[in-house]
Amino acid sequence: MNIRIRYFASLREIVGQNEETLTLHDGATVTDVRALLLTRYPRLQPIMERSLCAVNRSYVPGETILRDGDELVFIPPMGGGCQESLLWSH
Amino acid sequence: MEPLIQLTREPLNREALVAAVSHPSVGGIVIFEGVVRDNARNKQVRYLEYDVYAEMAEQQIRTIIAEAQRRWGVERVAVAHRFGRLEIGEASVIIVVATPHRAEALEACRYIIDTLKTTVPIWKKEVATDGEEWVEG
Repeated sequence: MNIRIRYFASLREIVGQNEETLTLHDGATVTDVRALLLTRYPRLQPIMERSLCAVNRSYVPGETILRDGDELVFIPPMGGGCQESLLWSH
Repeated sequence: MEPLIQLTREPLNREALVAAVSHPSVGGIVIFEGVVRDNARNKQVRYLEYDVYAEMAEQQIRTIIAEAQRRWGVERVAVAHRFGRLEIGEASVIIVVATPHRAEALEACRYIIDTLKTTVPIWKKEVATDGEEWVEG
């Protein structure tokens, strides 16, 4: 089966592309893909440890089983919104 | 009204957002506007670069607004977030909440910006005089 993986922010810069298609064995999980990406792009290690994961635009846990055609995105820590709200969260 | 959600590369238009939530039944309008500051953590910031996972961000913002509606009954909300390169002083995010009375609008607006920061996939890169980095909120 094939899934589409998209990269944003620091992950996009490390991987050097916006997206790619991965061919996986049936029953592959998000955690399996994480491991695959770390083999392919070792520099992702520190940021991957702090990233969440979304499948088809919803947050999911690592044990989630992927289906053909899924869109997978690893979500690095977010700093959006504005600078002021940084103060509120501290 | 249906919540107004904008994710755009273009400069944000505060007046248009306020007009979108205005209504004769409204007694108070709260606006939160986040702007690009020239300094952060003792660095001199030159400009910011925002990246967004637009399809998911819109969905997450919709969820946040729905929760604000459930908690405070606010019915007239607009949220706009800009992405791409933003210069010092430009608005990165504008939230407008209009309600019959002020208390609900103030609380809902605070909730929306605080939650947006933690759950909406929008990232910010600070480009400073001595280098650049993706900020982790």
